[in-house]
Amino acid sequence: MNLLGEDIVTEEGEFVINIGPQHPSTHGVLHLKVWLDGEMIKKIQPHLGYIHRSIEKMSESLSYRNFIYATSRMDYLSAHINNQACALCVEKGLQIEAPPRAQIIRVIMAELTRLASHQLWWGCTGLDLGAVTPFFYAFREREFIMEIMEETCGARLTMNYSVPGGVMYDIHPNFQTRVKDVLKQIRSKFNEYDDILTGNVIFEQRTKGVGYLSPEDAISFGCTGATARGSGVSCDVRKWFPYDGYEKVQFKEILETGGDCYARYMVRMAEMKQSVYIIEQLIDNIPQGDFQAKTKMVLKLPKGEFYQRVETARGELGVYIVSDGAASPYRIKYRSPNFCNLSALETMAVGSKIGDLVAIMSTIDLVIPDVDR
Amino acid sequence: MTNEELKQSVSALFTNVTYDETGEFLNVVIDAKDLRPLILALRSNKEFSFDYLFCLTCVDWKTHLMMVYHLLSRTHKHTVVLKAKIADVNNPEIETVCDIWQTANFHEREVYDLFGVKFLNHPDLRRILLDENWEGFPLRKNYVDENMISI
Repeated sequence: MNLLGEDIVTEEGEFVINIGPQHPSTHGVLHLKVWLDGEMIKKIQPHLGYIHRSIEKMSESLSYRNFIYATSRMDYLSAHINNQACALCVEKGLQIEAPPRAQIIRVIMAELTRLASHQLWWGCTGLDLGAVTPFFYAFREREFIMEIMEETCGARLTMNYSVPGGVMYDIHPNFQTRVKDVLKQIRSKFNEYDDILTGNVIFEQRTKGVGYLSPEDAISFGCTGATARGSGVSCDVRKWFPYDGYEKVQFKEILETGGDCYARYMVRMAEMKQSVYIIEQLIDNIPQGDFQAKTKMVLKLPKGEFYQRVETARGELGVYIVSDGAASPYRIKYRSPNFCNLSALETMAVGSKIGDLVAIMSTIDLVIPDVDR
Repeated sequence: MTNEELKQSVSALFTNVTYDETGEFLNVVIDAKDLRPLILALRSNKEFSFDYLFCLTCVDWKTHLMMVYHLLSRTHKHTVVLKAKIADVNNPEIETVCDIWQTANFHEREVYDLFGVKFLNHPDLRRILLDENWEGFPLRKNYVDENMISI
């Protein structure tokens, strides 16, 4: 019997343990109930909602300018990309387009966010699997990106930089030189990343062949981002449904066919290089002009429904707005990437050892506020 | 297929449907009881092959509830929005699509949690985000929370 009065050993002799809600490897307040046979995982039941803040309900009473700021608190590691999704969705409803300068700035900031997010993930994955040094390496480079964000919009994490019609302010005069310096620095560190973790024998043994997700399951579970691309499922929104001028930029969609933790790891490592490549193409080509389109003070979307998807650092984020013509949305639904990726956790983990659960969770790259919303 | 072609192909198979083409995607509006046959046809028919359910949600229109299914075909790259109208707001019920797409499991639990729609034949219909003892369904328009402070 545990404290809740539940049996910890089932009739079939399975041992029931609770991981979380406060556990470092769950990367937030997630509670997993795990049924074990010896060390083997038989069943997993995720219990969500510990930080459910009802952002969807809240947005129904906010204006079309204000609801965007709540989304920075969803997936706080890709806050800018969430804002961009909402801004694009409102723009779709208003039938306006951000000026070219704003679009390019948004894309650069989005890729910087992706880089920062993947670096944090890389550090945490190392930490979860017992390597402490990557965490410090990752935070060293991430700090430079955070400083650029702070200089651009005043915030390091919850940026609130995208607004309907463009971006809130113009970029700082130092922006271009600073970004170029940081990119040079980051590029020179990729080899270090690979040396310390990717080629490490212990790391390979803990990730190769662990947490297999078949392409069919990835599609059925609606997995997106590196979780699906590690299984060879092409799903990069930037390629499938380009937005903000991604169609004019050259980059590759990274696909791995392994379907295991190592494949998902390799996808994200390669994605970092692609992000650097995208920014390098754009940083010297920011066109002159307005950084924000002219919009009315009070935004009112016409009656109808609007759907916009973007590629966040974790996968496809969909924003679905139902408007009844008023100044605040009638209904908003966020199709969050982590919610779908988490639902595939049981399929990935059943049959592997309890110790591998940590590796699986860290390569899905869970951010719990995004799951709970 | 374009929206117009999709509309014609769906019309050839099913008669009991209405369309709404004001948005970006083709909206196919049906009654809740016709959901399963139509969604199975959209899934398995080679012409449509909608194999990817990327969004499942519900909208409360006060007089009725509207289930919304966003479907994408990865082979043909076309999208359709399927809307199933549930007329009975006091006891809303609809068939599950869990067995067709596994992602529907969590999404349907979320809709059950926040709108109170019962999914028939769902394997594990429990509240997902809120507490098990929570009263009412927060995303319904008639939901009143005494502790809520409006600014």
